[in-house]
Amino acid sequence: MAVTQAIFYLFATVLVVAALMVITARNPVHSVLFLVLSFVNGAGLFLLAGAEFLAFTLILVYVGAVMVLFLFVLMMLDINLQRMREGFLNYLPLGAVIAFVLVVEMGAMLAAGGSGAVVGGDGALGGTEAGNTTLLGRVLYDTYLLPFEVAALVLLVALVAAIALTLRHRPDVKKQDPGQQVRVRREDRVRLVDMPTEGAPYAPDTGATGSKGGEG
Amino acid sequence: MDLPVWIADYALPVAWITVQIVALVAPLMLAVAYLTVVERKLIGYMQLRVGPNRVGPRGWLQPIADGLKLLLKESIFPTQANKGVYIVAPLLSIGPALLAWAVIPFGPTYQTPFGEVTPVIAEVDVSLLFLLAVTSFGIYGVIMAGWAANSKYAIIGSMRAGAQMISYEIAMGFALIGVIMAANTLNIGEIVVAQSGGFWHWYFLPLLPLFVVFFISGVAETNRLPFDVSEGESEIVAGFHVEYAGMTFALFFLAEYANMILVSILTALLFLGGWHPPLPVAPFTWIPGPVWLLLKTALFLFFFLWFRATFPRFRYDQIMRLGWKVFIPVTLVWITVIGVANLTPLRAVFH
Repeated sequence: MAVTQAIFYLFATVLVVAALMVITARNPVHSVLFLVLSFVNGAGLFLLAGAEFLAFTLILVYVGAVMVLFLFVLMMLDINLQRMREGFLNYLPLGAVIAFVLVVEMGAMLAAGGSGAVVGGDGALGGTEAGNTTLLGRVLYDTYLLPFEVAALVLLVALVAAIALTLRHRPDVKKQDPGQQVRVRREDRVRLVDMPTEGAPYAPDTGATGSKGGEG
Repeated sequence: MDLPVWIADYALPVAWITVQIVALVAPLMLAVAYLTVVERKLIGYMQLRVGPNRVGPRGWLQPIADGLKLLLKESIFPTQANKGVYIVAPLLSIGPALLAWAVIPFGPTYQTPFGEVTPVIAEVDVSLLFLLAVTSFGIYGVIMAGWAANSKYAIIGSMRAGAQMISYEIAMGFALIGVIMAANTLNIGEIVVAQSGGFWHWYFLPLLPLFVVFFISGVAETNRLPFDVSEGESEIVAGFHVEYAGMTFALFFLAEYANMILVSILTALLFLGGWHPPLPVAPFTWIPGPVWLLLKTALFLFFFLWFRATFPRFRYDQIMRLGWKVFIPVTLVWITVIGVANLTPLRAVFH
């Protein structure tokens, strides 16, 4: 038990420190990398709580895809680091208030929920039965099928809307159609033209044609 | 004899897991080393050359010489490089490449006098999910290396690699969803057990489109030819690791080859029946299961090398087109087919 607790505190400490570094690091790319570190430690905490599906999905979705796209954008931007720091103190009080409200809310939730584990414990969904991925699937696709599908639909609409908003048709862009490239025949590209010689018949120059060399 | 509690509780398990890890990683590193020789030899023969044949008998000590050379070389740090990220990047490349091996089962559960023994380091119930999560890390090594080196070539290479790996990860994930739907489990060992019987029970037949998509996406994920635009020697020198030298470069190299073997063994496990012999009759069943698994892995590794010797490099837009417009629709259609078939008497085909 002591080992589990030690591991918990290790993950928790690294998580908090990494989260702090996200907002204090001078370089935005470093901030993103620290955010990745805090996600990984969060996934570790999920694993300790017995929620392996949430843990691996967190890594797969956020670390493996979302944060990579963040990094992509940040790496391509030329950011003025001085300008980034300017508003920090102005926004600090607002941020502190939001953080305080969040802490109070989470505390209230934990106090109301009692001490039972949400997943993987005695009072958890499906009891101590192993494999909460199956349980999660059963709950999502049986009990809460309609809300789940509605959420999926909302996401789909957001996806289509995002693409529709950013899609630009630029007529001046040259594109290649691989199908057309494959289908192309010799006759489409090359035309052999018969050109009769004009004037005096060609007489090869037998003398030295200069030191051009290296043709072909 | 009474052992102190801390020895029985902590020291012995730690020692045991260390032994297991060494027993896995040592042969793996040896396999990586000799994969490089086999690769050079094989491509040599395919191009009517002999390949390396100077170091040791028939060139078989070549990887030792290569390794020594890389160890003794200086690791260069560019002056404008972002030191911390520059050093962490190769570690983040090799780490996931080795970590993924923790959940790979090498054979069936054996009955021994000490109880049931399964040849796998970590028996995770959702090992396939673990594997997907861990392999999605590999991209960070590439992106961080490209950014930290502060070089145009490196950052272009890492941009290409990043976009490519994200695109093909989707197709790969969808192919795995098909396997999961057919086997009804996220455990790699159970997926293999679900394919027991002759080769007509293996998933490469009912899931043929997913099998093809998975393996080709695997080639793209490891940035191997014909998908190696992230290195693209002719345009961007060596891509994301152009500034790396010595051991830091060697780590990227090791990660690439370990990932190649990983993709091969995964394809063998998920689609080619893992450790099951092709026919469940006498002469085939005499050969132990792990040997069959390694044979199938070797087959896919041969495909990797064969591709490299045969195909020219894809153009970048062709890579993106193949991933998004061909592979993802194909996998989506086949997932629908499996889903519908699971509700009809046809489900026997997939189980």
